[in-house]
Amino acid sequence: MDLIQFIWLVTKAVLMISVVMGCSAYAVLMERKVAAAIQWRPGPNRTQIPIFGGLPVIGPILTRLGIFQPAADGLKFLFKEDPLPGHVNRFYYVLAPLVAFIPAMTTMTVMPFGSYVNEAGEVAPLVLANLDIGILFILAVSSLGVYGIVLGGWASNSKFPFLGGIRASAQMISYELAMGMSLLPVFMWFGGSLNLFNIVQGQSELLLGWTVFYQPLSALIFLVALFAETNRLPFDMPESETDLVAGFNTEYGAFKFGLFFVGEYAHIIIGSGVFTLLFLGGWTLPGITLPGGAFWAAVSVLIFFVKVLVLVFFFMWIRWTLPRFRYDQVMKLGWQRLLPLAIANLVFYAIVIALIEQF
Amino acid sequence: MAIKVVERKPLSLAERTYLPQIIGGLGITMKNMLKPAVTLEYPDERPDIPEGYRGVPTLVKDPKGREKCVSCQLCEFVCPPKAIRITPGGIDESSDEAHVEKAPEEFEINMLRCIYCGYCQEVCPEEAIWLQNIFSLNGLSREELVFKKKKLYELGGTLPDDHFKWDKKKKAEEAGNAH
Repeated sequence: MDLIQFIWLVTKAVLMISVVMGCSAYAVLMERKVAAAIQWRPGPNRTQIPIFGGLPVIGPILTRLGIFQPAADGLKFLFKEDPLPGHVNRFYYVLAPLVAFIPAMTTMTVMPFGSYVNEAGEVAPLVLANLDIGILFILAVSSLGVYGIVLGGWASNSKFPFLGGIRASAQMISYELAMGMSLLPVFMWFGGSLNLFNIVQGQSELLLGWTVFYQPLSALIFLVALFAETNRLPFDMPESETDLVAGFNTEYGAFKFGLFFVGEYAHIIIGSGVFTLLFLGGWTLPGITLPGGAFWAAVSVLIFFVKVLVLVFFFMWIRWTLPRFRYDQVMKLGWQRLLPLAIANLVFYAIVIALIEQF
Repeated sequence: MAIKVVERKPLSLAERTYLPQIIGGLGITMKNMLKPAVTLEYPDERPDIPEGYRGVPTLVKDPKGREKCVSCQLCEFVCPPKAIRITPGGIDESSDEAHVEKAPEEFEINMLRCIYCGYCQEVCPEEAIWLQNIFSLNGLSREELVFKKKKLYELGGTLPDDHFKWDKKKKAEEAGNAH
């Protein structure tokens, strides 16, 4: 590999990381704004940055929208005193936020986010690494994130984080199964390919465009499992402020807490991305084939981005609609409802696909 | 009281999946999201203070700019926490209001003691002391929070006067039927 290619790869990676990090930061702002709107509040609307905030007309509007808030929040995390409680296991305590954060950032390497027509005239994905086992890689790496939570809960050596960690591990194991099972029919539908790009291309060739119209139950189970995997309400057992103080991150502060926080939102964005790719047709629109060229490649990225954004909004919308499940209800839903349903779904689609191929 | 056992209907299949309820709930939250914010953005916006509100006690002038207080000291005597202290003084013989005879030389209200009971306003025969609509008050020292006459008039401003009692008195006196 020559130097230029290497630099190009690194630039792409850095660009991707900054975009996802930026999105995570602004997802926090979006969460606060959506929460505020639902509760008839204006939300963050005071933070200003000296130069941009002082611009005529635009400055006050941006301030009102809270555009500068993530910068203030990030700086606060960075400059706060970073306390290390005396009763923690230092090594694992420091390691935990990294373990929670790195998988969230790693999964995005295999996530295609747009398409372009290459020199050979073929449609190619815009992606850092176009793996053939893409979705397996995402599932495998993103479930490593739970180690961060478990580790953080255990290393804090305090009862509330400990309970949070235990809940997290139990919840992850329960919903991982239903999640994997719900995805199998999708792969069977597209000829057994695990490559996310192929699945999106396969969807664009379907009559109705998106998998969700063909496999609504798979989509529903996957979505519910996704909520559980990303620890979002109504499944935020590991955090559940009302009974566990702040759950697994009770003993964390400053930048270490910030890493947990950003990791959580990165998980949501990646999860929404995966859902979009598998069920909502990724960057394609039903019945429309985008022509080649850089402009239409950008449009495809934009379509994908908007779909992810809508899904992230849906995550927040659900949060302010549903109350938290009780712990036993979470377990019951996972093992007694979703898992049998996912298996039945799998068997049903296996038969349907076999019949379709037969005739 | 008799106990009434409420019959609970068994949930239908649709209800047991929760999905219709969740969709209904999403509808409710969306409806609320589209409503305008009801927040009063406090330092920029102030709430409407209802009439008769008992805020910070202030001294007022009549529309002609005459200070109404005649330093009768009734408020000083009625004040339960003894927050008011008046130093009575006279009015210059040469002024138009010489017939009022007295005005406070110094008027102090110790806001650290004031309990906002409104007795001073109630007892004042001249309607000179008013608890108006100022509801937030702070200061950096104890001295600063002992309001002097100047500050009290600044806060109080001018209130309308229906009677101009002292003008009538003067007119009557000039017409020869003083009492």
